[in-house]
Amino acid sequence: MNHYAILRIVTKLLIPYILLFGLYVQFHGDFGPGGGFQAGVIFAAGIILYGLVFGIGAARRVAPAPVVERLIAVGLLIYAGTGIVGMLKGGNFLEYGVLAHDAQHGQHLGILIVELGVGITVAAVMITVFFAFAGRERTE
Amino acid sequence: MTESAATQLATQLIVILLLALLGATAITIARMRQLWAAVMLTGVFSFLGASWMLILDAPDVAFTEAAVGAGISTFLMLATLGLTSREAKPPTGFKPVPLVVVIVTGCALVYGTLDMPHYGDPDGHIHAYPDPSYIVKTNGDKGDPNDSDGEINLPNVVTAILASYRGYDTFGETTVILTAGVGVILLLRRERRTTGQPEPPSADANTGGPA
Repeated sequence: MNHYAILRIVTKLLIPYILLFGLYVQFHGDFGPGGGFQAGVIFAAGIILYGLVFGIGAARRVAPAPVVERLIAVGLLIYAGTGIVGMLKGGNFLEYGVLAHDAQHGQHLGILIVELGVGITVAAVMITVFFAFAGRERTE
Repeated sequence: MTESAATQLATQLIVILLLALLGATAITIARMRQLWAAVMLTGVFSFLGASWMLILDAPDVAFTEAAVGAGISTFLMLATLGLTSREAKPPTGFKPVPLVVVIVTGCALVYGTLDMPHYGDPDGHIHAYPDPSYIVKTNGDKGDPNDSDGEINLPNVVTAILASYRGYDTFGETTVILTAGVGVILLLRRERRTTGQPEPPSADANTGGPA
C-alpha cells in the first residue's frame, strides 16, 4: 500500500493519536472508562495499522518480534510480581492494601501496576498474532 | 421534563435504527457468497455494535469492540482469506436440521429474556444484590457525609472491581491471553522459521545455511 499517498499521510497523522489514546486509556483507566485490556488493544491497533500501510518489515523494525514476544511474559510477570510483593509485605497474594503506608494508596498503586501488566501482555499478544498471520504465505 | 422526554425519544430512535442496521447487516452477511465483502461487513457490524454499546453507557466495551471486532479480527479474517479462497462454496441444497436447531435455540433465548428485569429497572437483581453493593464498598456512600471513602476510592468502579476484588479472575484472564499468544507462536511461526531461514542472506544457500 506504499503508493497510496492519502492513506500513508492520514495514517502518519493518526498513529500518534492512537498510541497516545492507548496510553491515556491505560493510565487513566482508574478514573475514566478503560483499563489494561482496552489500552493494550488500542495500542496494538496503532502498530498493526502501521504494519498494514507501511509494510510488515517496517512494523517489525518498530516492534521487533523477539522483544514483543518477551513482553507477553513480562506483562504477566508484572501482575504476578505485584501479588508476590504483597505477600512479602505481609498480605495475601494480590492484596494491594499492604503495598503503601495507607490501604487506599496501596490499592491505587496495585491497580495501576496490575493494569499496566495486563496492558503490556494484551498489546504484545495482539502484535504477535498480527506478525504471525501477516508473515504467512500461501503454501500451495 | 419535556427536554429529557425529547432526548429519550431521540435515543430510542437511534437505538431502533442501530438495531435494525445490525439485523440487516447480519442477514446480508449470512446471504453473501463473496467472502471479502462479508468480512468488511463484519467490520461494519462491529462498529454498529460499538455505537450501540456507547448508548448503553459502556464506552470501555464500545472501544474494545471497535478495536478488536472492527480492527484486529477484520485483519485476521482478511489475512486468512489471503491464504484460502475468496468465495464461499455454493450451498448444497436445503437442510432442515440446522434451521430447526437455530429456531429452537432462538426461541429458548427469547424465552430466557422474559425472566430478565427490564433495562434500567431499579429493582433488578444487579441493583439489589450484593448489599452493600460494590459501589458503596469501593467508594463509600456518597450520600452519607459520615461514611468513609470506601475501601479503594476510585471513580471507575469497574476497574476497581476487576483489578482488586476480582484480581484472581483478571490474573487468570491475562494468563488465558498469554496462552493464546504462545499457542499462535507455536502453531503459526514454526513454518515461517523453517521455510524462511535460508531466504535472507542469499549466499547461505550455497554454503549450507546458518547453523
